[in-house]
Amino acid sequence: MAHVGAGLKPTLSPRLAWSLAALLPLAFLGVFFAWPVLAIVGLGLGEGGVLPVLARADTWDLVGFTLGQAAAATVLALVTGMPVAFLLARCRVRGTGLVRAAVMVPFVLPTVVVGLAFRALWPDGGVLPIVLANAFFNVAVVARTVGGLWARVDRRAEDAARALGASRVRAFTSVVLPSLAPAIGSAASVVFLFCATSFGVVLVLGGARHRTVETEIYLRTVQLFDLSGAAALSLLQFVAVIAVLVLGGLARRRRERSLPLRVEPPRRPAGGEWGVVVAAWLVVAALLTPVVGLVARSLATDDGWSFAGYAALAGTGERGTLAVSGLDAALNSVRAATDATLVALLVGVTSAVVLVGLRRHGTWFAETLDTALMLPLGVSAVTLGFGYLVTMDALPGDFRTSPLLVPLAQALVVTPLIVRIVLPVLRAVDERLRQAAATLGASPWRVWREVDLPLAARSLVAAAGFGFVVALGEFGATSFLARPEAPTLPVVIARLMSRPGELNSQMAYAACAVLMVVTTVAVLVIERLRVPSGGEF
Amino acid sequence: MSLRVDGLDVRYGSVAAVSGVDLTVADGEVVALLGPSGCGKSTLLRAVAGLEPPTAGTVSWDGVDLAGTPVHRRGFGLVFQDGQLFPHRDVAGNVAFGLRMRRVDRAARAERVAELLDLVGLTGYADRRVTELSGGEQQRVALARALAPRPKLLLLDEPLSALDRALREQLALDLARLLRETGTTALVVTHDHDEAFTLADRVAVMRAGRVVQVGEPSAVWQHPVDVDTARFLGCGRVLAPEAAQRLVGVRERVGLRATALRVDPSGPIRAEVVTRVHRRDHVRLLVRLDGEDFEAVAGVADPPSPGDHVTLTVDHDGVAVIG
Repeated sequence: MAHVGAGLKPTLSPRLAWSLAALLPLAFLGVFFAWPVLAIVGLGLGEGGVLPVLARADTWDLVGFTLGQAAAATVLALVTGMPVAFLLARCRVRGTGLVRAAVMVPFVLPTVVVGLAFRALWPDGGVLPIVLANAFFNVAVVARTVGGLWARVDRRAEDAARALGASRVRAFTSVVLPSLAPAIGSAASVVFLFCATSFGVVLVLGGARHRTVETEIYLRTVQLFDLSGAAALSLLQFVAVIAVLVLGGLARRRRERSLPLRVEPPRRPAGGEWGVVVAAWLVVAALLTPVVGLVARSLATDDGWSFAGYAALAGTGERGTLAVSGLDAALNSVRAATDATLVALLVGVTSAVVLVGLRRHGTWFAETLDTALMLPLGVSAVTLGFGYLVTMDALPGDFRTSPLLVPLAQALVVTPLIVRIVLPVLRAVDERLRQAAATLGASPWRVWREVDLPLAARSLVAAAGFGFVVALGEFGATSFLARPEAPTLPVVIARLMSRPGELNSQMAYAACAVLMVVTTVAVLVIERLRVPSGGEF
Repeated sequence: MSLRVDGLDVRYGSVAAVSGVDLTVADGEVVALLGPSGCGKSTLLRAVAGLEPPTAGTVSWDGVDLAGTPVHRRGFGLVFQDGQLFPHRDVAGNVAFGLRMRRVDRAARAERVAELLDLVGLTGYADRRVTELSGGEQQRVALARALAPRPKLLLLDEPLSALDRALREQLALDLARLLRETGTTALVVTHDHDEAFTLADRVAVMRAGRVVQVGEPSAVWQHPVDVDTARFLGCGRVLAPEAAQRLVGVRERVGLRATALRVDPSGPIRAEVVTRVHRRDHVRLLVRLDGEDFEAVAGVADPPSPGDHVTLTVDHDGVAVIG
């Protein structure tokens, strides 16, 4: 494809055309991510400077605790996620479809809800519930990422090892584990990232005693108005995040290079494998415990079981705690999440298409864009939110008070997810299929419409569904940007929990339950689509 | 109505996949690109299709340089080794694809699809899912799909290699008939000389990115241009003129195929059998003759065993004169 374009009409080289298409995601990232983040960091640096903050001992205590709890949660998520991955990838056991859906529920639950669910079990908070809650949140990432690869690792290598005299355990450690290493590495880096920057969970469970870099940025920005301190911490976090992303990217690349593999049909487990299956079931049961506890808590009052909390959702809470009714907040949530999903689909799908197109021409630019798209996952939502407040004034229109601010911030969080779901599917499309279409007279745009789109349709729907659910539960940036008269459900939940009153907390738990039901239904619908994506979530 | 390739170079970084290739395909002619794997024949085909940018040289149709014409406007059909059918469309949807791209109306499309399915022997397959077809059926659909929009030139990239042998031989004959009947101008890539000779009016032998010999199949078969070509075309032994004079009575450098020496009770050459392998329709022998090993063939009935002394006769169909 040296020349795209007909006859005498001079046209762009494909590489240039792809690079131009990359402008949409880049512009979006630039205006709604890089600019606000850099502005807030610049603001902080202008006032004080990084060095004084870095020189303080308590900064490093903070970093230590952040990394420590993230590492502990990552290890826990890996250890508990592996049996589930095995169950999902290799076993033909009744009810595995339900497990597949159940394990996804925690991942898409709003972080505040997860925090509250654990506070219902550990009312005093502390380090243990923080680690447990972060792991709880991320078992799905491990199970899906590792399971996706595990289902396609050639079983014959394992059989060969067994035939050569290796025990089941030995065959696992010497043959299976090394071939899963890229997926494990990739999952570990993503989980670590999520845990290190987790906001809602730590805020709800840690209070003032246990703070991470992320919550400290929030406290310094909102309560102490220590901008230079917050900026220094943001910078520190940013550097760490990029390091983790680069490592994760390396692992991912190794994984994609090793494809294509076989599709191994699941078997009925035998012998010791039942032990692993039981362990997986126990993990799933443990995952559902906080969920069930939360539902129970939403129904239990001092006077016995009651739907009072749910009924109260129609109102504004005890003594008018809220500016709007719970119902209005739910509508706000749906509206914002819909807009966010649409924006994220546009940006995410364009990015995925560009990444596939550029990879064909093999450029460093594709690698960079790939990593850049993941950055929003790792940057403090608070930094982002506050950055919006100081930069959006400069945009035409009254952007700072625009109702679009919340969906745009949510779209930033959702876009990487959509890219990671759609990209592997598009990459799996045989390039020669596109070439066959081209030789039959399809223009590049027509090839996309006739080949890529139909083949990726299911994964697009699934990505939209996940994106919607994640946007629905987004708390960090939304809590900062939602206008007081138009809060979303997670914001309302946090507000209700921070106010006294039996009805308020009833109402908060009821709202959590509502969010969970919506999430679960969405996940079950997505699972129905059965996307054979090997996507990473 | 002809393809012309002039001084074509295709490089991947520092590797020259195709270098200095000149080639023409006349109207209605079928040319086979024949060569071992990795010789650059597929790359040459892809460059003609517009899928690989040439580093130097031109591809032209009717004297018009195609450098500025993208793949989808060249009007060349392409058939891949493994079909590459669109999995989300049925058989009819695949065959009709190129017609839809050319905005042929629905009725004409259906008519042409039926016509092509008849032509490739898949009458009544229109509503089948392509994933349910056998390999041979898939290749027939791929062929029908490529032929449907009446391409100016049909490019076939190892069209039969993915099939098992019996099917491959049958389909090669079908394909040859189909190309003749439709008067299609075609360029076929293959590593199989039987296939090339079945399909092609002319054969271009490629080695290491270059076309080393072009000619009619029988000419190429009987007179390979050099030793490497002779070996590629099945000559296991190459003899210098003196040795050739002694053994086969031709004072030139020759290549001997296994069929050059045949067991014959009244033959003039005496040899000892070293090994024996049974083939479908003959027995392949390794014989020792004046201390040197040669291949030879014997009939399937009552073949000689290793250690036996036999007499051989020369079959000149198995002797290729090199140069």
